[in-house]
Amino acid sequence: MTQPGSAALKKTPLNARHRAAGARMVDFAGWDMPVEYSGIVDEHVAVRTRAGLFDVSHMGEIEIAGTDALAAVQRITSNDASRLAVGQVQYAALTTPQGTFVDDVLTYRLAESHFMLVVNASNIMKDFRWITDHVQEAGDAVAVNTSPRYALLALQGPAALQVLQSLTGIDLAGMKYYWFANGEVAAVKATVSRTGYTGEDGFEVFVAPGAAERVWDAIIDAGREAGVIPAGLGARDTLRLEASMRLYGNDMDETTTVLEADLGWIVGWKKPDFIGADVLRDQKATGVTRKLVGFEMIDRAIGRHGYDVYVDGRKAGVVTSGTQTPFLKKAIGMAYLPADRSETGTHFEIDVRGRRLKAAVVPTPFYKRAR
Amino acid sequence: MYPPDLKYTKDHEWIRIGGATARVGITDYAQKQLGDVVYLELPAVGRTLKKGEVFGTIESVKAVSELYSPVSGEVTEVNSSLTQKPETVNKDPHGSWMIGLKVSDAAESGDLLDASQYTDLTK
Repeated sequence: MTQPGSAALKKTPLNARHRAAGARMVDFAGWDMPVEYSGIVDEHVAVRTRAGLFDVSHMGEIEIAGTDALAAVQRITSNDASRLAVGQVQYAALTTPQGTFVDDVLTYRLAESHFMLVVNASNIMKDFRWITDHVQEAGDAVAVNTSPRYALLALQGPAALQVLQSLTGIDLAGMKYYWFANGEVAAVKATVSRTGYTGEDGFEVFVAPGAAERVWDAIIDAGREAGVIPAGLGARDTLRLEASMRLYGNDMDETTTVLEADLGWIVGWKKPDFIGADVLRDQKATGVTRKLVGFEMIDRAIGRHGYDVYVDGRKAGVVTSGTQTPFLKKAIGMAYLPADRSETGTHFEIDVRGRRLKAAVVPTPFYKRAR
Repeated sequence: MYPPDLKYTKDHEWIRIGGATARVGITDYAQKQLGDVVYLELPAVGRTLKKGEVFGTIESVKAVSELYSPVSGEVTEVNSSLTQKPETVNKDPHGSWMIGLKVSDAAESGDLLDASQYTDLTK
């Protein structure tokens, strides 16, 4: 097949590795990225049973530093960053004054007054402008877009710990979920966090772009016996959906609030004011009118992103994500439903290319790993 | 790699014509583009199709695609074992026939591509 070789697309430092491995490449948010290597199902199952290695270098990094850096992060993100120790990571929303999402981010506390936000590739410039405009309100804090300084690799799956440990002196077994440490991986300076977007145990490894191929090769070599394979954005999407992790631009965006996206747990209700806090407090008090739920198809079909949802015969919402899950082998998804019809067990219909097919609200996450 | 005894369309279906009857499936190129196939919807026996008309849909983990009839005809058989195991399309695309047709206009097959023309198309 002809592969897009467009010079206009941005390339991660691992682009040549993906092409050499025969990956199917796609334009993702302006990046030339691997969607699959051996196949979505194969890669998905590898991550659930062994481990998969992802190149997520397209993700952005924005650092905030200065004596008022904590106040700045507290102002722009929904979660309570004062609860972060140095070395800890937190999931948060970057909020608008309407309590909706500019983006969803991971906040790393690199030092007492130095934070790093890991942001979605499609939002890097928008986030950076937004953050630059708003950190100044907090006092002495500056934001720097450090995205070009990092390549980011994610090794995810039950074998991730053992495979990565063979390449680093960092005590990975002693690292708790959503913590990170600095050290070396394959003799390359790296930051390693116990984080991921798959619902599986695993690690994300930040290295300098020039060292990315060396670290990629080392992990593939070290993981060969354990069955580690490269995995693409296709499997990343089915894995995150099985774990009911939200995808910005699909499941939430600037039109949906943090509470509508059912992410009340990433709001620091007790912390000082933040952008959009008053709207979210009102919504918490009076209740939301629509809510993001997990569903399972009853009829044989997939309810996909953008398909209309009907409750009692009336159009009442929309599917935000949907797929056939390779591991659970069911058609699952997420959709906005009227809050008063969002309880588990509620039946509704999805317009699948002109046919109204049955689905039911189910508890999330769809998949939870055994611990 | 594309069997010389099949004809092909620009929409990536193949057709095996034997006299007045034919069987239709999708090509290796098409299954690679789709990725892992999870659903297949096929028409009822007896339906009359025009050349280029949608006769069904095929759905992979990541995409939905319509199936187009390479020629006009009446559906005489449907491969229901394939709808039960649609992933077979990925493993053996040129052996995975979807529908059988009674061809109504033999002249239409003149527009179909042969294996070497189709190979050029997908280069």
